[in-house]
Amino acid sequence: MAKTKTRDRMNNEINAGSMADIAFLLLIFFLVTTTIAEDKGILVKLPPWSDEEPDITKLKERNVFSVLVNAQNQLLVREEPARIGELRERAKEFIMNPSNRSDLAEGPKNAIISLKNDRGTDYDTYLAVYNELKGAYDDLWNELSQRRYGQPYSEEMPFAQRKAIRDEIPMVLSEAEPTNFGEEQ
Amino acid sequence: MAKFSKKRGKSSPAISTASLPDIIFMLLFFFMMVTVLRDSDLKLSVNTPEATQLTKLDEKSLVNYIYVGRPTQQYQAVYGTSPRIQLGDKISTVDDIPLFLEQHKVKLPEAKRTRITSSLRVDGEVTMGIVQDVKTKLRKSNQLKINYSAGKRTDALD
Repeated sequence: MAKTKTRDRMNNEINAGSMADIAFLLLIFFLVTTTIAEDKGILVKLPPWSDEEPDITKLKERNVFSVLVNAQNQLLVREEPARIGELRERAKEFIMNPSNRSDLAEGPKNAIISLKNDRGTDYDTYLAVYNELKGAYDDLWNELSQRRYGQPYSEEMPFAQRKAIRDEIPMVLSEAEPTNFGEEQ
Repeated sequence: MAKFSKKRGKSSPAISTASLPDIIFMLLFFFMMVTVLRDSDLKLSVNTPEATQLTKLDEKSLVNYIYVGRPTQQYQAVYGTSPRIQLGDKISTVDDIPLFLEQHKVKLPEAKRTRITSSLRVDGEVTMGIVQDVKTKLRKSNQLKINYSAGKRTDALD
């Protein structure tokens, strides 16, 4: 007698009404702990380490766009003081040299941007300068891509097209070993 | 007229909530997918600067984080106030970087190891000296793909 009774009970369905509550609880837990903080930043490829000092005496002066940042976060661009705001336009003009001036780069393939900072330079300033110099190249790539392929330069473009553009205007940004005049102790 | 009275006469059937758990589970799985549990709590105060030429880092497992900044109030008694480096969970020196990189590397399949990126999360107020030391160490350890972590800047430069 008792047996049939238990069997009857087993036929009952499990009440799934609280399933939603359990799922809600988990959902809220993940909502709270989640950080959809995507990491963005300036991607840089460092040069491999070598013990020898690079020889820059062979370079023509007109092909080098030197940017110095001192410990007071002041800029010296081609031996003249400058502001960060004007850096991008100047770098672009230097690389492309549209009016064929004799003191700017012979061509985008010869242009070299040399960046040197002090150990006392603020990271803020350094990154702003780096950002502008990279921005100059990004702008030029965009222009060239727009002219050639009718679309802005992006990672989604076919590899061959990207390579063609980067061969036309190669990004040469060399960073010299920083000076040490103003590092805090 | 007859039509209206007929409709009113019927009681509206209760909406079935049987599929509610399914919907919630779907949301739950979405959040479980996108969630990244913060594995290290920050002992330094890091306020990354802002920039415009940003690239998004897509694969999180291929990124290791190096934090540089001043210790927060609660750790200043132990670590002082000058800029320090944090690798994973603990305050370290530049000499610990190669080991840290190696520990991250061995967890990944060999084919992906060339795509490892080091994300430098550096406080804007820090001077370049310590950053330069980190960069030199990274170069010596042959970890050349790095990312200066930065936020999006919307206003123009002066």
